[in-house]
Amino acid sequence: MQNKFPQPAPVASLTVDGGRSTVDGLQAAVPPVLPATQAGPDTEPSTVDGRRRTVDGLQAAVPPVLPATQAGPDTEPSTTPPSTVHRPPSTVHRLPSTVHRLPSTVNRPPSTVSGSEAVMHALLAEGVETVFGYPGGAIMPIYDALYDYMDRLNHVLVRHEQGAIHAAQGFARVSGRVGVVFATSGPGATNLVTGLADALSDSTPVVCLTGQVFAHLLGTDAFQETDVINITTPVTKWNYQVTDAAEIPEVLAKAFFIARSGRPGPVVVDITKNAQLQKFEYSGYTPCHHIRSYRPKPLIRQEYIREAADLINAAGRPFVLFGQGVILGKAEAEFRRFIEKSGIPAAWTILGLSALPSDHPLNVGMLGMHGNYGPNLLTNECDVLIAVGMRFDDRVTGRLDKYAKQAKIIHLDIDPAEIDKNIKATVPVWGDCKETLPLLTALVQEKSHVEWLQRFRDCDRQEQEIVIQNELHPTCEALTMGEVIHLLNELTAGEAVIVTDVGQHQMVACRYAKFNHSRSKITSGGLGTMGFALPAAIGAKFGAPGRTVVAIAGDGGFQMTIQELGVIQQTGLNLKIIILNNRFLGMVRQWQELFHERRYSFVDIVSPDFSAVAAGYGIPGHRVDQRDQLAGALRTMLERDGPYLLEIMVGKENNVFPMVPQGCSVSEIRLR
Amino acid sequence: MSKQEYTITVYTENQIGLLNRIAILFSRRKINVDSLNTSPSEVEGIHRFTIVINETEDAVRKLARQMEKQVDVLRAFYNSGDEIVWQEMALYKVPTSEIAEKVKVERLLREHGARVVVIRTDYTVFETTGQREETDKLLRVLEPFGLIEFVRSARIAIIKASEGFHALLNEFEVQSSKFEVFDSKSMDETAYP
Repeated sequence: MQNKFPQPAPVASLTVDGGRSTVDGLQAAVPPVLPATQAGPDTEPSTVDGRRRTVDGLQAAVPPVLPATQAGPDTEPSTTPPSTVHRPPSTVHRLPSTVHRLPSTVNRPPSTVSGSEAVMHALLAEGVETVFGYPGGAIMPIYDALYDYMDRLNHVLVRHEQGAIHAAQGFARVSGRVGVVFATSGPGATNLVTGLADALSDSTPVVCLTGQVFAHLLGTDAFQETDVINITTPVTKWNYQVTDAAEIPEVLAKAFFIARSGRPGPVVVDITKNAQLQKFEYSGYTPCHHIRSYRPKPLIRQEYIREAADLINAAGRPFVLFGQGVILGKAEAEFRRFIEKSGIPAAWTILGLSALPSDHPLNVGMLGMHGNYGPNLLTNECDVLIAVGMRFDDRVTGRLDKYAKQAKIIHLDIDPAEIDKNIKATVPVWGDCKETLPLLTALVQEKSHVEWLQRFRDCDRQEQEIVIQNELHPTCEALTMGEVIHLLNELTAGEAVIVTDVGQHQMVACRYAKFNHSRSKITSGGLGTMGFALPAAIGAKFGAPGRTVVAIAGDGGFQMTIQELGVIQQTGLNLKIIILNNRFLGMVRQWQELFHERRYSFVDIVSPDFSAVAAGYGIPGHRVDQRDQLAGALRTMLERDGPYLLEIMVGKENNVFPMVPQGCSVSEIRLR
Repeated sequence: MSKQEYTITVYTENQIGLLNRIAILFSRRKINVDSLNTSPSEVEGIHRFTIVINETEDAVRKLARQMEKQVDVLRAFYNSGDEIVWQEMALYKVPTSEIAEKVKVERLLREHGARVVVIRTDYTVFETTGQREETDKLLRVLEPFGLIEFVRSARIAIIKASEGFHALLNEFEVQSSKFEVFDSKSMDETAYP
């Protein structure tokens, strides 16, 4: 599709004097009480002079035509395995599958455009198709420009900015592309903070564009002014405030590059309203591939690969831990070849889940506090521990001074700051595991650790007997979360994308859900953000419209972002929602039971009739509390061509086991 | 591992907001910054932070890596006191009457390597440059004479083993069509040898 660039409106042909600083120019040109809806500097007569600021090097550096590959992995159409359950929805508002790439913008003479139009152009050039956002005063020029781009940019109107960023996260996690968010200044921007922290913690590429008050009002406590840059600094990979429209192409190119490269993360670009309105000489968009002070990937050092391979080849009980780095590096195949050749059992963090198919013979299960018995217990028995794209979070390691003390540690990570942060590495293997894993695979010997793998099988049998059997095939009257996930596995055959909230249901879903494909499990891991599931699942459905997406939430977390049901109502999004209702804030209650003498302090949450709420949003729903209705209800939900909310009443005081109690070693994991 | 004084030298781009990004790395860990200086460096357009903290080497090493992780930071080095040449500057304002009557000004200046910056009828400002003990010594000498104001600058430090940032910068400037690689040779030896 040709990306046409609209001609400037006749009335707006006058531009700001670019030779003066923006702030000064505005102070001179704009009355301080100018209503926000009026065009500011644009309406003031001024002449274009020869000293106009341009983005350094832009004109010279722009290639005539962007090669298709330059747009990077983000623009690749997501390959979506066919859903076994239902066809892709017809009601979802989504764009044609054509990927928009930047056409030749450079051979035509520079044109005068507004900052807001430059924003639209940048998004198209970056292959963005979907934006999650909420308008407001300080971002109105961008929304005005968006009005002309509605055929090329699908904007999803959320109900709260937190919903927008979680949706962008879900979109990014399922598709591997950058999620994009629009929010206005002040409360719009501050509502993004939780999602930014979540995205930073879970290395999710997100670019948030926030409106900001006019540059001349910065620091005056203007209406809806907040210091967005300083508020978001601790929770962003990078942020920047634009006060001059001429900066927009270069800054957005940097923003997308930083968000997606290296260890991905969230970026905020705060754009003052004058910069959105300001006209400037636009000469095209150049994607960013290099920032002098930024090295996304550390140089791979051959000697460490060699040392790591030597350790692995000499090991009798090697053990692989893998995290989201495998998924972020798109290194699932490389990872699989590595473990298959070396024959090493591999366990996952909850963010690494689905990088390796659940039924793979070397997949020994989940790490961490509520992970599987074998992986935790045997962490303290292995002789070489190979960590791939994971960061030894405290929920994974338990007590650090009793963690894998007997083992040599090989740590593969793209972020040098993670090496030695929590666990001292015997051999640090810096680099993108997409590149380091094949190098390592070439040097490791072909082996199969039959006896060692049997240890995991033995542990698994114990866990099956003591925990899993009762959870998946309960004999008690009350429904268990585990049996719901177990039935869901059977009905979706491991093809669905499962998005969870935070709490007991999250741990149960991670433990028992089965996956055939990578990027199928989306959850808030590092930050543990309740309220994540519904908006993230909305974003995931937009990111993978051909796949079945199931949001699973608890009765507590669901109420934190319940308003996003409005997005489903408005778009008809074919999203399946399961609420596992135990009428408690279950995980906190479990801790209170186990560690606070059952002093149930404020965990008895009362919930609305969720299917009645859904009905209010025009979403069909149903409540189930009988075992004999469960499979039928799940089937109804999955087979329906459209959104559906299923509330499942589960046992009130069920606990998630096994458990590594806080302050204990992973080998002190309790099965009951 | 015991705490000791470390001087951290950070080479950065000149970006608004970067000071905050660096400062919060310390405040987040509840580390008190003893002294912080920003200045140009030997390379035009590259800024140089000099930060003094009292911490364990393990903590300082992690901090240096966290700093280098920031997009606008090029490199961060940390050094103990014997690896650097450092100076601080101090200004002392005293009543001229006291000084003229009770102290042999000339002797004072010589002994402490101090300079007179301003002499007015009401007050005199001395300046001295040196290490902490030296500026402290003059402070103690002047305190009994009605010291009106005292201020000491942040530390600035030269790394003895450093060959300057020019060569390192050239490595940063390298641009390839694909993702470039980061010279991580010194990531495990963040301090200069």
